[in-house]
Amino acid sequence: MSRHSPVAFWTGFAVVLALLIVAPLVLPEFWRRFVTEILIWGLLAMSSDILIGYTGMVSFGHSAFFGLGMYGAAAALLTVKPPNLWLAIVYGLVAAAGVAVFVAYFSTRLRDIYFSITTLIFSQIFYVMIFTWTEVTGGENGLSFRRPALAIPGLFSIPFDSNSLHWFVLAVVAVSYLVLRRITRSPFGMVLQSIRENEPRTRAVGYAVERYKIVAVMLSGLFAGLAGVLYAVHNRFAAPDYVFFLISGEVVIFNVMGGIGTLVGPLLGAAFFLLLREGFSRFFTEFYLIPVGIIFTAMVIFMPQGLLGFLRRRLNE
Amino acid sequence: MSGAASPASPLVAVEEIHTYYGKSHILHGVSLTVGAGEVVGLLGRNGVGKSTTLKTVMGLVRPSQGEVRYEGRAITGLAPHRLARLGIAYVPEDRRIFRLLTVMENLRTGLDRAGLDEARKQALLDKVYRYFPVLADRGNQAGGTLSGGEQQMLAIARAMMLEPKIILLDEPTEGLMPRMVSQISHIIDALHQEGVAILLVEQNVPLTLEACQRVYLMEKGVVRHHAPASELRDDRAVIHQYMGI
Amino acid sequence: MLLDQIIIQTVNGIVTGMILALVASGLTLIFGIMDVVNFAHGELFMLGAYVGVITIVATGSFWIALLVATLVIALLGAVIQITTLRPLLGRDPLTTILATFGLSLVLQNYALWQFGPVARKIPEPFTGHFQLFYLDYPWYRLAIALLSAAIIGALWLFLKFGTYGIWIRATTQDRVMASAMGIPVPWVHTAVFAIGAGMAAASGVLFGPLVGVNHAMGLDWVLKAFIVVVVGGMGNLGGSIAASIFISLLEAYASLWVSPAQAVIVSFVALILTLLFRPTGLFVPTPK
Repeated sequence: MSRHSPVAFWTGFAVVLALLIVAPLVLPEFWRRFVTEILIWGLLAMSSDILIGYTGMVSFGHSAFFGLGMYGAAAALLTVKPPNLWLAIVYGLVAAAGVAVFVAYFSTRLRDIYFSITTLIFSQIFYVMIFTWTEVTGGENGLSFRRPALAIPGLFSIPFDSNSLHWFVLAVVAVSYLVLRRITRSPFGMVLQSIRENEPRTRAVGYAVERYKIVAVMLSGLFAGLAGVLYAVHNRFAAPDYVFFLISGEVVIFNVMGGIGTLVGPLLGAAFFLLLREGFSRFFTEFYLIPVGIIFTAMVIFMPQGLLGFLRRRLNE
Repeated sequence: MSGAASPASPLVAVEEIHTYYGKSHILHGVSLTVGAGEVVGLLGRNGVGKSTTLKTVMGLVRPSQGEVRYEGRAITGLAPHRLARLGIAYVPEDRRIFRLLTVMENLRTGLDRAGLDEARKQALLDKVYRYFPVLADRGNQAGGTLSGGEQQMLAIARAMMLEPKIILLDEPTEGLMPRMVSQISHIIDALHQEGVAILLVEQNVPLTLEACQRVYLMEKGVVRHHAPASELRDDRAVIHQYMGI
Repeated sequence: MLLDQIIIQTVNGIVTGMILALVASGLTLIFGIMDVVNFAHGELFMLGAYVGVITIVATGSFWIALLVATLVIALLGAVIQITTLRPLLGRDPLTTILATFGLSLVLQNYALWQFGPVARKIPEPFTGHFQLFYLDYPWYRLAIALLSAAIIGALWLFLKFGTYGIWIRATTQDRVMASAMGIPVPWVHTAVFAIGAGMAAASGVLFGPLVGVNHAMGLDWVLKAFIVVVVGGMGNLGGSIAASIFISLLEAYASLWVSPAQAVIVSFVALILTLLFRPTGLFVPTPK
C-alpha cells in the first residue's frame, strides 16, 4: 500500500471530519440519521477489514459481535437505572469480547473456508439463541429502551439531541479509525499483512502466528461490538435481525465494494451500499437487493479491488 | 549455435518464448523445433526451464511473449484439451496418473474420444498391452496402488491413447530402476518406429543421446547449444559444460 | 411413550436426511471439482420449488413438475456458472463465495418480487397414510426418501460407469491432467454445476408438499447443507450422504426435547466438534 504523505492524509482527514461535523446542521433529519448510520456501519466494516483485509481471514460472523454489542448495551440500559452510557459501552464490549474469545480460538485451528463457514454458523448460533430465548432477549421483537444521557455521574448530564448524538458517534468512529489506522501501520499490522500474504512463511520466519491471529480477532470483535453499542444508543432498540448471518454478509459486501485492506475502503463501501439501497428503494421498494446484488456480484468479478482500488487506478493514470 | 539440421517445416516450433511464474522470469526466449517423427532431446540441469518449456507447449502455462506453432499454426494460448485433441500428448514429470481411477479408467480418459469405433479402440488397447503387459493384468486396480515404474508405464500408455503426433515426455526415467530405464528406452524407440515425434526432457544423458536424433542444451532459461546427437556422443566436453557432470 | 416417539423421529430424520442428502450431494460435487462454495445453492432449491408450483398449476402433474423444475434449474445453473463463475476461475476462492453470495441475494429477492411473501403449496402427488404407532404417517414421506435415494443412486452409477462419469472424476482429481488428456474441463465444470443445481431443484419440489414454498426457504437449507458437507468431508459424496442422515437424525431426536428452532443448534455443535477434532470430515475413512 502506498504511503501517502502525512500532510495529504491529515488535510484530507480534517476536511472530511469538518464536513461530517457540519452535516447535521445543514441536512434534513432523515439524511442526518442516514449519515450517522453510515458512520456506525462504517465502523463495523472497518473492524471487519482488520480480519478480512489485513489478516486474510474472511469472517462471516461479524453480525455476532455487532449483535452482542447491541444486546450488551441493551442489557445495561434496561437493568441499571438511570441508564448509563459508559456502562452500556462496557457491557457491550464485554459481550462482544466474550464471543471474540471463541472465534479467536477457532481462528487458530481452522483456515480459509472452514474458518469462514464456522464464523457463519457461529453468528447463527447466537441468532437462534437470541431469537428463542424470549424471556431474556425479547425474542423476535427485540428490546427497546431509552437513550442514556451523555453523563459523568456526579458532574454533569446532558441528554442527547440528534445533533449531539451524531457528534458523539462521529467522535467515537473518528477516534476508532485513527486508532485502527495506527495499529495497521505499526509493526503488528505489518505482521498481520504478512500472515495474509503467506502464512507458512511468516511462521517459518519465527512469528507466533496464532498469537497475532488471536489479537486480531479480539481487536476486530471489540470494535464491531462498539459499533453495536452505538447502534443501540442511536436507535434505542436491539433486534435479532441484526445477528442474522445476512448482516455479516452485508458487512463483507461493504468491505469488498470499498476495497479490502484499506480501512477507508470499507467505510466507503458501507456508504456506497447504503446509498444504493436508499436510491434503489425509491424505484424497487423492498426489492432493492436485486439491482444492488447484481452490482455487487459484478464488482466482485470486474472490480475486485473495490471502489478504492478502482479510484486509485484512475487517479494514477 | 552449431548448424544442426532442423527440419524445414517442423511439426512443433517454439519461437522465442518468455514465460513467467509470478514475478520469476523462467524462460528468456527459448526457441526449438521438432520435426514430424523426430525424437528430440532437451537436456540441462535442474531449474533451467526444461519442464516449463514443455508446459508452455502444452498450454499449461501461458508465455508472455513468443509463439508456439503446431503444423505451422499458432497454438499459443489454446487450452490444453484442444491441443490434446489436435495430437499433442503430455507425460508430466511426476506421472500424475489419476490415482483414484482404475488403470482401465485412466486409459479411457484418452480412449473415449469421438470418431473411434470399438474395433479401433480395442486395437489401441491391444497395442498398449503388448508394450506394457503389466497394465493388462492390473486393469481394475486403482492407479494409486501401482508401483512407480508401473505408473510411468500407465502415464505413457495413457498418452498413447490419444494417438498423438507428438509426445512431450518429461523425465520419464527419473526414480526408475535400470531395468525400467531400458524399457523406457525401448518404448521411445518403438514410438519412433511408428512415426510419433517425441520431445524428451531428461537428465539421463546416455539414454538421451541414444534415443534422440537432435539434442538441445538449455541453461538459465535459454537454449545454449543445439547439435545432432551423433556429434554430442563424440564431443562430451559440451555435455560436461552444460550438465556439470 | 418415548420409544414410539424415538422411532417416529428416526423415520422423520431419515426422510429429511435424504432430502438434505440430495441437496448436499450437489454442493459437495461442485466443491470437489471446482473449489466453489456455492452460497446460492439454497436459492436453486427454492427456485426449483417455485418452478414446481408453476408447473403443477399449469399441468396438474407432480411428476412433470419434478422433471421440469430439475431441467429448468439445471439450465439456470449452467448459465450462472458460465457467466459468473468461469471468469473467477483461478482467483482467490473467497471471490466465489462472495459472487455466489451476491447471487443468492439477487435470486432470493427476485423470488420475493415475482411470487410475493405468501407461501405457496405444492400438493402431494398421492395421499394416504399408514399407521405408525399413534400417528397417521403419510406414504408420501417415505416416497420422498426412496426417490431421493434413487436419484442419488442414479448419480452414483453415472459417475462410476459411463465416459462422462470418468471425465467428472478425472477432472475432480486433477483438472490439469484431465485437460491434457483432452477432457474439456470448462464444460465439465458447467455440467457438474448444472447437475448440482438440478438436484437441488428436485429436492425443492420433493420437499414442497411438506412445508410451504416461499422465498426464504433456501436459507435454512444452505446452512444445513454446508454443515453436512463439512462434517461429511468436503468433496466426499458418500460422506455427505452419511452426514445428512446423521445430522437430520440428531436434529429429529433433539426436537423431542426442545423446539425445532432450537434443535438446529445440535447440528451447529456437531459442525464445531467435527472441525475441532476431525476436520477432514467425520465420515472420511482415512484423513488425507
